[in-house]
Amino acid sequence: MNIQDMILTLQKHWSDQGCLLMQAYDTEKGAGTMSPMTLLRSLGPEPWNVAYVEPSRRPADGRYGENPNRLYQHHQFQVIMKPSPDNIQELYLDSLRALGIDPNKHDIRFVEDNWENPTLGAAGLGWEVWLDGMEITQFTYFQQIGGLEARPVSAEITYGLERLASYIQDKENVFDLEWTNGVTVGDIFTQPEYEHSVYTFEESDEEMLFQLFTTYEKEAQRIMDKGLVFPAYDYVLKCSHTFNLLDAKGVISVTERTGYISRVRNLARKIAKTYVEERERLEFPMLAKEDESHE
Amino acid sequence: MSNTVLFELGVEELPARFIDDAIEQLTSKTEAWFKESRIPFGEIRSFATPRRLAVQISDVGDKQPDLEEEAKGPAKKIAIDENGDWTKAAIGFSKGQGKEIDDIYFKEIKGTEYVHVTKFVEGEPTEQLLQNFKKVFLSLNFPKNMRWASYELKYARPIRWMVALYGEQVIPFNIENVTTGRTTQGHRFLGDEADIQDASLYEEVLEGQSVIGSVERRKQMIHDQLTSLQEEKGWSLILDEDLLNEVNQLVEYPTAFSGSFNEEFLDIPEEALITSMKEHQRYFPVRSTKGELLPHFVGVRNGNAEHIDNVARGNEKVLKARLKDAQFFYEEDQKGTIDQKLSKLKRMVYQEELGTLADKVERVVAVSGKVAEWLELDENTRQQTKRAAEICKFDLVTQMVDEFTELQGVMGEKYARLFGEDDVVATAINEHYMPRQANGAVPSTTVGAIVSIADKLDTIVGSISIGIIPTGSQDPYGLRRQSLGILQTLKEKGWNISVEQLIDLVHHFYRELNLPTRTHEEVEEDLHEFFKVRAAYLLREDGIDPDVVEAVLSNGIGRYASTRDKAKVLVSKRTDESFKPVQEALGRVMKLAEKASQVEVDPALFENDSESKLYDMYQMTHPAYHEALKEEQPEEALTVLSSLASPIHDFFDHTMVMAEDEKVKNNRLSLLKGISEDVRVFADLTKIEWKQQF
Repeated sequence: MNIQDMILTLQKHWSDQGCLLMQAYDTEKGAGTMSPMTLLRSLGPEPWNVAYVEPSRRPADGRYGENPNRLYQHHQFQVIMKPSPDNIQELYLDSLRALGIDPNKHDIRFVEDNWENPTLGAAGLGWEVWLDGMEITQFTYFQQIGGLEARPVSAEITYGLERLASYIQDKENVFDLEWTNGVTVGDIFTQPEYEHSVYTFEESDEEMLFQLFTTYEKEAQRIMDKGLVFPAYDYVLKCSHTFNLLDAKGVISVTERTGYISRVRNLARKIAKTYVEERERLEFPMLAKEDESHE
Repeated sequence: MSNTVLFELGVEELPARFIDDAIEQLTSKTEAWFKESRIPFGEIRSFATPRRLAVQISDVGDKQPDLEEEAKGPAKKIAIDENGDWTKAAIGFSKGQGKEIDDIYFKEIKGTEYVHVTKFVEGEPTEQLLQNFKKVFLSLNFPKNMRWASYELKYARPIRWMVALYGEQVIPFNIENVTTGRTTQGHRFLGDEADIQDASLYEEVLEGQSVIGSVERRKQMIHDQLTSLQEEKGWSLILDEDLLNEVNQLVEYPTAFSGSFNEEFLDIPEEALITSMKEHQRYFPVRSTKGELLPHFVGVRNGNAEHIDNVARGNEKVLKARLKDAQFFYEEDQKGTIDQKLSKLKRMVYQEELGTLADKVERVVAVSGKVAEWLELDENTRQQTKRAAEICKFDLVTQMVDEFTELQGVMGEKYARLFGEDDVVATAINEHYMPRQANGAVPSTTVGAIVSIADKLDTIVGSISIGIIPTGSQDPYGLRRQSLGILQTLKEKGWNISVEQLIDLVHHFYRELNLPTRTHEEVEEDLHEFFKVRAAYLLREDGIDPDVVEAVLSNGIGRYASTRDKAKVLVSKRTDESFKPVQEALGRVMKLAEKASQVEVDPALFENDSESKLYDMYQMTHPAYHEALKEEQPEEALTVLSSLASPIHDFFDHTMVMAEDEKVKNNRLSLLKGISEDVRVFADLTKIEWKQQF
């Protein structure tokens, strides 16, 4: 099965389970979790079920398109279900079946793995899912987001699409994976991988990036004070990506590093708090919607 | 009539490391609960898989045994009126106890007669009592708990089903949205849900659904499978017990399989291969019967033998990718120079307040150099020490150690050799992490031992300087283990360096860092106390009695090896009857001398013979005693001291220390002070409780 079909299959599967199908969010980010569709929406009491593909940038992992396993940008398929359904594990296993993975022909395990992202003040408990010894999915019950307790708890399922595809397509090099018939990951991504690596490690303008970080941070702060949570969060994402670029370039000193991380964390915390307050002011509209549909 | 009782808690996959402890808790808490509930029962069997914890209790009685209870009522004179009739009080009492007035009898308590009745308390039916069992499930402690969905409960993982049976009867209770029933879940893929008709059938029902419920049976199955694979292939598996236990708690139905990897990967250092297989993939590595690592591995699947080749192929593919990574790291790490790698340490945080790893290394170099100087090592060894200290952390920037943290030091040694470093230096890089676990081996080489002690001291002094002090079970940086490592190394090496000297040396560097919040005095006090507690612990572990430990540590730890020797001598002396008067004499001197300030003793002020005799003896013993100590002969030193005992007893028999003449008094006290100071160097003998053992 090519990646395109995998995505279609997963979308169909989770759409059938009542998930909204969203598109990738248009600001750079390191993981699907950082999309506001997850990070903000998993806060507060409102129900939220969503699935989307998220291109995830990890500048430090860039390898000029030469490493068979590491990418500047890979793809995650992200699912959030809040509150976590009782049969969430079964729903997940069914999605593997839909992808043509027959559990009886493989060895599928849920191996303890707890997730933590200090930058976002987020933490969860769960597993990495093993398929014949390979980690294909991160499965997490959110316990804390932006420093706030997650209530109710969301289940987050993150498939590493390239990983999973390399298993399904039996390919060793990520660039040999078929995106769709006749077109490989390499055809699409070799050039950007190379150029992004050159940019990240050699060409990026540090001074400009430092300046951007401060500018974005200020702007996030300023508009958050006006209660504009979503635009403020966009700037937090920009801060985070800018930091990752600087970090990958190796220009952030040790002492500065902790400082930057705590600056992003403080912003994230503030945003989490403001988001919940704003939703409350709007009387948690999704909650009302759910009540309606039950009547 | 008796029945079997079954309680099964179905959960989403528990972390493997939780299970052994959880099932132990469940078993002991079940037993306690049955006893406390006064329900007769036979045996408790326990079952555990990643998805369930269960107890099955045999021969459970159908009710609590009935009780005869005696109830005490009012005094006789209140119970019977002047006419000899029962009073209202008596009638009320018997009624209140559910008895007739005729049931009353009298019993004397402390000279007064009281009304009593014997009450019959009927035992409650077991079936009803069992409903309270849920509190046992809820009382289990896990290392980490979580919430799920909208529930308040925090538990290891979400609870998905519960079975509670008394014979054939379902015991109703619920936890959050889960209600008990008779339906259990089989193996995720090989089984189905299944009803348990009677509690006694639990194990068979599980097995029918491809779940081996018994932990021991499952482990035995794995063991048997591994052994037969071993025999069939002529291999020798590296059967790590911890790994076997972990693998066992990752499966409900085990089937072992073997796989292979390309021989070219055998060029990667064995430690990296083994770590990759064991830690990352939970495989058992394979050796030939001659002990060489072979390009094979053995894994255990959670399932049966069907399509097992497919599973093996998948696992091979994963391992290949991992080993390719390792191979890539190994090749990359060999590029450049050690110095280039060292420069990266400047960018790695050691501890936020304590700077970078490069800063730490700088301190370790300085401390190592000083220790080498104290030990009067030759120039060549000093150079080796310097180099070893300088590069002891360089492997932390290698990709291999980044990936396999547990290989720190091991890879350092290998790479150092490849980069052409001296053998002694390379060995020291690995050894400076020793002892790697409690009671593990200490560094064998002098250079390794010096760098090891310097590195550990730096960690301890640094942490305590910023207020990270282990408390109770909290010791995230392993400071206790590291301090024990230092003491054990000092003991083995027998160097002429005191622990206090070392602490002060390292603390000296920290004084210059000007760390926030704590004063140097506070830190110093904490450091000395911390090491003293560890030394005391180690001595007691060595079989030294607590009072002797206190006695020898009263002056600080000093040279740990000598302190330990002194303690051993004292322990052997305490069963020696002839030592008793010695200890009494010396102890008495020490107590009296506490109040004295020492001045030069003037023999002209002596008023009797016993004084001058004691003084003469002290003049003789003093140099001999210190000579013996210097020669590391504590037994001899104590013998020399012992010769003071008889003159001391004589002295006390004939001399009033607290004379009226101040000069005479101070002269006597000064004599005692001199002796006391000598004794104190050995131990504070007043701390030893004289318990003769025959």
